[in-house]
Amino acid sequence: MSKKIVIVDDEPNIVMSLEYAFKKKGFQVFIARDGEEAFNTISREVPDAIILDIMMPKVDGLETLERIKRDPALVQCKVVFVSAKNKESDIKAGMDLGADKYLIKPFSVKKVISEVEELL
Amino acid sequence: MNSAVLILIILGYLGLIFYIAFLAEKQRNSRWVNNPYIYSLSLAVYCTAWTYYGSVGKAATTGVDFLTIYLGPVIALPLWVIIVRKVIRISKSHNVSSIADFISLRYGKNRSLGAVVAIVCLLATIPYISLQLKAISDTFHIMTDAPISSGKGVLDDSTFYIALVLAVFATFFGTQTSDATEKHKGIIASIAFESILKLVFFLIIGIYVTYFMFDGPSDIYNQISTHDNFEKLTTIGGIEGAFNWSFMIALSFIAIFLLPRQFQVTVIQNTRVKHLKKAIWLFPLYLLLFNLFVIYIAWGGNIINGDTAQAEYYSILLPLNNGNIWLALLVFLGGFSAVISMVVVSTLALSTMVSNNLIIPYGFLGRFIQGQTDSNTQSIKNIRRVSIFIIIALAYLFYISFSVQMPLISIGLMAFVIVAQLAPSFFIGLYWNRGSAKASIIGIIIGVLITIYTFILPFTIEAITGSTSFTDNGPWGIELLRPQALFGLDFMSPTANALLWSMTFNLIAYLIFSLTSKGNYRERNFAEIFIDSKNFTNLQDNALVWKGEAYVEDIRNVLRKFLGEARTERALNLFFRKYDLPQDTQMADARLINFSEKLLAANIGGASAQILISNVVKEEEISLVEVLKILEESKKTIDSNKLLKDKSNELTSLANKLQEANEELRIKDKQKDEFLDTVAHELKTPLTGIRASTELLIDDLDEMPDEIRSQFLKNILQDSDRLARLINNILDFEKLSTGRTDLDLKYQNISKTIRNTCASAQSIASQKNCEIVIKNKSSIYLNYDEDRITQVLTNLLSNALKFANEAAGRIEISYGRQKGQLFVSVSDNGTGVPNEDVKYIFDKFFQSNHQNRIKPSGSGFGLAISKQIIEVHKGEIWYLKNEEGGATFTFSLPIEKEKKEDE
Repeated sequence: MSKKIVIVDDEPNIVMSLEYAFKKKGFQVFIARDGEEAFNTISREVPDAIILDIMMPKVDGLETLERIKRDPALVQCKVVFVSAKNKESDIKAGMDLGADKYLIKPFSVKKVISEVEELL
Repeated sequence: MNSAVLILIILGYLGLIFYIAFLAEKQRNSRWVNNPYIYSLSLAVYCTAWTYYGSVGKAATTGVDFLTIYLGPVIALPLWVIIVRKVIRISKSHNVSSIADFISLRYGKNRSLGAVVAIVCLLATIPYISLQLKAISDTFHIMTDAPISSGKGVLDDSTFYIALVLAVFATFFGTQTSDATEKHKGIIASIAFESILKLVFFLIIGIYVTYFMFDGPSDIYNQISTHDNFEKLTTIGGIEGAFNWSFMIALSFIAIFLLPRQFQVTVIQNTRVKHLKKAIWLFPLYLLLFNLFVIYIAWGGNIINGDTAQAEYYSILLPLNNGNIWLALLVFLGGFSAVISMVVVSTLALSTMVSNNLIIPYGFLGRFIQGQTDSNTQSIKNIRRVSIFIIIALAYLFYISFSVQMPLISIGLMAFVIVAQLAPSFFIGLYWNRGSAKASIIGIIIGVLITIYTFILPFTIEAITGSTSFTDNGPWGIELLRPQALFGLDFMSPTANALLWSMTFNLIAYLIFSLTSKGNYRERNFAEIFIDSKNFTNLQDNALVWKGEAYVEDIRNVLRKFLGEARTERALNLFFRKYDLPQDTQMADARLINFSEKLLAANIGGASAQILISNVVKEEEISLVEVLKILEESKKTIDSNKLLKDKSNELTSLANKLQEANEELRIKDKQKDEFLDTVAHELKTPLTGIRASTELLIDDLDEMPDEIRSQFLKNILQDSDRLARLINNILDFEKLSTGRTDLDLKYQNISKTIRNTCASAQSIASQKNCEIVIKNKSSIYLNYDEDRITQVLTNLLSNALKFANEAAGRIEISYGRQKGQLFVSVSDNGTGVPNEDVKYIFDKFFQSNHQNRIKPSGSGFGLAISKQIIEVHKGEIWYLKNEEGGATFTFSLPIEKEKKEDE
């Protein structure tokens, strides 16, 4: 059975690239454009992995992760942050919340895929 | 009128006065009892029966010089306020209870001086009280139409009983506590009430005589002008008269400060210093109103009666002879009111002096030290009560033995002249630090003796022997010593003569003895406190210089004898807390000595308080030089404390400013961080898109479907444009802010530019369900760079679109010309800029945290660039919250006419 992944980012161009790459690898891909939408999709699909942007409208990535961690049904989901923020403090804040990986933009699509595959 | 009826009316009236006093005492904290009007009206205790009847008598017999008695206070009042303010401040801080206490305090709480002042006040006031009794008695007889006879027994005399009732009134309301500085709200309220009554009744009779018995002032004037002595009644009387006038004015000027009853109401009974502000105009107004009709009543009486035999009682006789008995009754009651207030306040003031300055310091102190609190306060109260009765009894005795034959006005003037002897010690003592106790005593005694010789003796001898040879020829026929024309100066009135000579010798004695005697250190100590009262009242208990050995326990014991256990403990606790001393302090210092003396002063007077305290402490003599040195140091301490305080305030405000600046820097720093994050995000986002798309295109070129490949290529193009735009913005801003931009100024129509900008924003606006309205149509031409202003307008519009109401957005653009300026406003119907952000919105790093999207959608440059653009156009841009709560951004551009070239 193919793995499920949810990609959360408000930048359509970036989403498009990731979507194409993961589909090619055989993932079942779902898209969300902000935290609010993301949480609904995630609760519904219970994916194996989530690619999460931090700077997003309405509900940002950090808050979305907190909500995911509060839901016992989503304990198994692996979460990978992708963000332009590259300060130590930002990375630590993301990891402390329980993310499995923190990747810095701009990223290599191959790298994202290999990190996700490694986690699963 | 039947005398029984009149007595009933009097009793009823007294009942009313008692009731008012009782009510005021019961509601002593309510507003009607404590206000500047009550205070100002209580000052009118100055107007006694002498004013009520005597003025008319004087106006009828000797002319307008009755006015001097009221002109003095009116002229004095501005000065009075300045001096009285100082006196009140000192009196309050030292618990002064009478004028004797005040003067003795100034001269180092001198016991003998206090006693001398008290005796002078008694000498002046007892005849004055008897004058009041005479007025009541006379008017009572006029009202009941009984002959005035002096042969009746005391118990048959209604005046005796009235005097008795007044004594009871003063006792009941005046001696409820042993604390003589206690405010007698009941008495003061009743006096204010009486002041209203006496004025109103006197005005009624004045109007009655002037307008009902005669045809107004001019009628009276016309009729009186045919009388023989008209000239005398209406003029001052040449230089000699002017001389007498000025002496009389000076005399009443002094009296307004020094009469014991006046000191009692103005200083001791004053509840708030600021009440003086009302009194300064209300009291003179009262005096002027009171004197409005005096002259018409006097002249009217002269015209109707033909002679001036009973001139003093014209105001009661005129209505009575006209058959108007009720009007006469009103006048009688008005006069009666004047009497009650004068007698009550005077006896109260005198009884305090008699007890605190005569009786207690000369014989009761030993007994107080043995006694207990209850018995001591009881004794003090009893001494005052007995004093009140004795004073009134003495006044009554004086009345039956002397005053029947003497006119009201001469008794009144006698009181004024005697009390004026306190003037040098009082006034000069307030402003000259050399004045000494010894000099005061000698000056006052000499002054009083001369007054007796020049003023009282002639009257008395005439009253007793019926011969005027002493007055006319002088003692043993020596002309130079004629009492009323001393040293041959024979053009003055007896009053002016007495005042001139008594004051001259009094003053000379005071000055000479002050300059030649040194006085002790206590005197000098209080002299400094009085002269520099402002500074030393601030010093509080530190103002007293004292050296020696004293135990708190001993002082506590003395205080207990008068204040009782509870009050003593409370007072001492307060004292220790105030000066930050431990509650179990053993040794007393100067401050405690001063504090305790003040506490006791209220009960037994300053001199006695000092004696009592000095009994339980071992005091060391201090030299005068040392006193002055210590005082100077205390003053310096205050000054340097003030300086330190100022400096400390300055530092605090500086520190606050620094903190503010720091906070601002911190915010700026944080904004800079946030800005860098934003710039990084904005740069990295398109870069990420380009990076990812390119990577996929390279790796997957063969397998990728065509439409996806072309979409990736389009994305790359789009992201590159976005990067370029951002970089341009940054560069643009830098260029504008360093002034390296040349404007492409053209003379053109702003209306067109606005319309064009709006048209291009229209498509985004309709997507967001937002309406854009341009409110004006007119064309306004001016010089501007169209591209740049379009950039500003686009910025403002896109901000407005971002923040306008999401459901039903509305953006209004209005513009107009005013004072050579163009104004353009862009308003939205959003929630406006939060107050904490307003200060920063035009800063280049600023991005509001309150945007309706968490991710800031702009680069943070929009408003900063707009501001730069407007400023290089020499205009201004600002923000205001509009009426609907949304944001309104307005910019102005100068419209320069001379640049109106034909372009």
